[in-house]
Amino acid sequence: MPKRTGGVLVFAEQDGGKIADVSLELLSKARELADALGQHVAAIVCGHTLARQPAQLIASGADVVYVADNPALAVYRTLPYARVVCEVIEGAAPEIVLFGASPSGRDLAPRVAARLRTGLTADCTNLRIGDHTDPVSKTEYKDLLYQIRPAFGGNIIATIVTPNHKPQMATVREGVMVMPEPDPTRTGEIVPVPVALDDEGELVKILERVKAERTVNLKGAKVVVSGGAGVGSSEGFELVRELADVLGGEVGASRAAVDAGYIGRDHQVGQTGTTVRPKLYIAAGISGSVQHRAGMVESSKILAINTDPEAPIFAFAHYGIVGDLFEVIPMMIEAYKHKA
Amino acid sequence: MPLNMVVLIKQVPDTKNITAKAMNDDGTVNRSALPAIFNPEDLNALEMALSVRDEHGGRITVLCMGPPSAAEQLRDALMRGADAAGFLSDRAYAVADTLATAYALKCGIEKVGDVDIVFAGRQAIDGDTAQVGPQVAGAMGIPQLTYVAEILELTDTHITARRLIEGGYEIVQAQLPALLTVVDEANEPRARRAKLVPHYKQARTTLEVAGQIAQELDPEKGKPDKTLLAQRVEPVVADLAARKLLIPVWAPADIGADLAQCGKKGSPTQVKNIDFVTLVATDHKTIEPTQEGIEGLMHELIEDHVLD
Repeated sequence: MPKRTGGVLVFAEQDGGKIADVSLELLSKARELADALGQHVAAIVCGHTLARQPAQLIASGADVVYVADNPALAVYRTLPYARVVCEVIEGAAPEIVLFGASPSGRDLAPRVAARLRTGLTADCTNLRIGDHTDPVSKTEYKDLLYQIRPAFGGNIIATIVTPNHKPQMATVREGVMVMPEPDPTRTGEIVPVPVALDDEGELVKILERVKAERTVNLKGAKVVVSGGAGVGSSEGFELVRELADVLGGEVGASRAAVDAGYIGRDHQVGQTGTTVRPKLYIAAGISGSVQHRAGMVESSKILAINTDPEAPIFAFAHYGIVGDLFEVIPMMIEAYKHKA
Repeated sequence: MPLNMVVLIKQVPDTKNITAKAMNDDGTVNRSALPAIFNPEDLNALEMALSVRDEHGGRITVLCMGPPSAAEQLRDALMRGADAAGFLSDRAYAVADTLATAYALKCGIEKVGDVDIVFAGRQAIDGDTAQVGPQVAGAMGIPQLTYVAEILELTDTHITARRLIEGGYEIVQAQLPALLTVVDEANEPRARRAKLVPHYKQARTTLEVAGQIAQELDPEKGKPDKTLLAQRVEPVVADLAARKLLIPVWAPADIGADLAQCGKKGSPTQVKNIDFVTLVATDHKTIEPTQEGIEGLMHELIEDHVLD
């Protein structure tokens, strides 16, 4: 296969002019990958009236920014965005394309991968460059993208590769990669992308859009107090909230608690929720599945409260309390109020 | 106006219920101990199709790509009210990534033909990728509406739906045919219909019939003479078909699918390796759930500057 020189391309998601955090985080990882490949970092941003976004992307590590500015792209829609992104990929021939695993990213990336007939791995928790030997044909591949993610249950971490198709594509959730320090002295190239659509702009219309500002900031929290299925109800989460407030933290939740309707999805921590790295992560009534662990295992200290002494979470928590969270949490609140 | 609908369903291991019982001693999960269930959001997808049929009329075909055991989920879907089923089950489909899966399903949908709406669950609880829905839509070249929570309006040519976006929702209108991925917030799936349960319990795939008769003819090895087997199978299958209890099994040739795009061959991604991560206790401290124990813990956390 002839070498592709389009570098590592990041889809920079924007809404109302604001570039998504996950896209900036991907730029820092893209830099590492591009350096390993001896290539450059590119970004593509779509929208209408894009003014300062290209400069922001360059400051965050992009060497080239493809800008698709067109009224049909003002708000994210699958078909026009997929068309433009595919055309840029076909023209630029990147080795790797990365998307944030946001709702838009998870809508767009698979459509693009299907169009390009290439591989896509969702929710990667790590990405790096390495070699691969096909176990059957023994063909050797150099400098492939290792797409690393936990797979279902079973404490399995899978490394996935796309040896024979390009570009190699992956999605990554917010908070998994590190946010870069912007460097306004960086320079880069801005490449305007001509946008020509057939009926892509007409097949789906957005009649109304209602978006609230994010109220939960899990990523920035120094303390996260998470409740799981063991909390038992949305009323039960009031106690979790009380502890979080007292400790100056944010409320998190396991997927089980969110699925049961005890608390909103904005609070979900885990492989399919938010990844957090607080100084202290308190897991109350959470069993500690691999998927939940993936979202909080890098916390400096983990404290687990669970009535089940066999709960998997106790195997990787720094502090373990076998007890009822409805008894333990009030004691913690009291003890903290007296000591602090 | 009656609509021709397809619902894509998947049989998955029950990954939401990994308890201590499903864990091996070495800290790995015993997959075979997990029951196989109907992927939860596929039930929401089926429910949405059934609601559309309640209001507008139409026909619902459920399609499933999976191993022979997944026939159980097709029976379940029929018991909930689906009109017909198609089972993509063949070695050629195995070890497929999302692209190869989407390709095969697209071929299956085209075999059903003239489909107005394809419904799929947002994602399956084993892979959690949410890729197959959009990739089927991409392969078909039709609009996709993901994260659909509600259908607001349906005409002969358009569908208007509310879909969830980050921090809110959108009301979107798409030209038909279109593919929808449905979230669990959308609805409460209806139960199996009491009258349909005993009826569809008898539904079988041709493979199941052949397997059962083979076992009866040759209890030891299950490999009787092929001609004899065919002779015995034929009337049973004909009878099931007459009673609308035969679940057709489609190999790639039956749905015009290119073998090179199915299964492992058709999968650009491959698993390079799997690491079994056993959960390791680091510096672990057990704290007593007493006032004393907890006071000691909070003191330590403050001393260590973990808490302010």
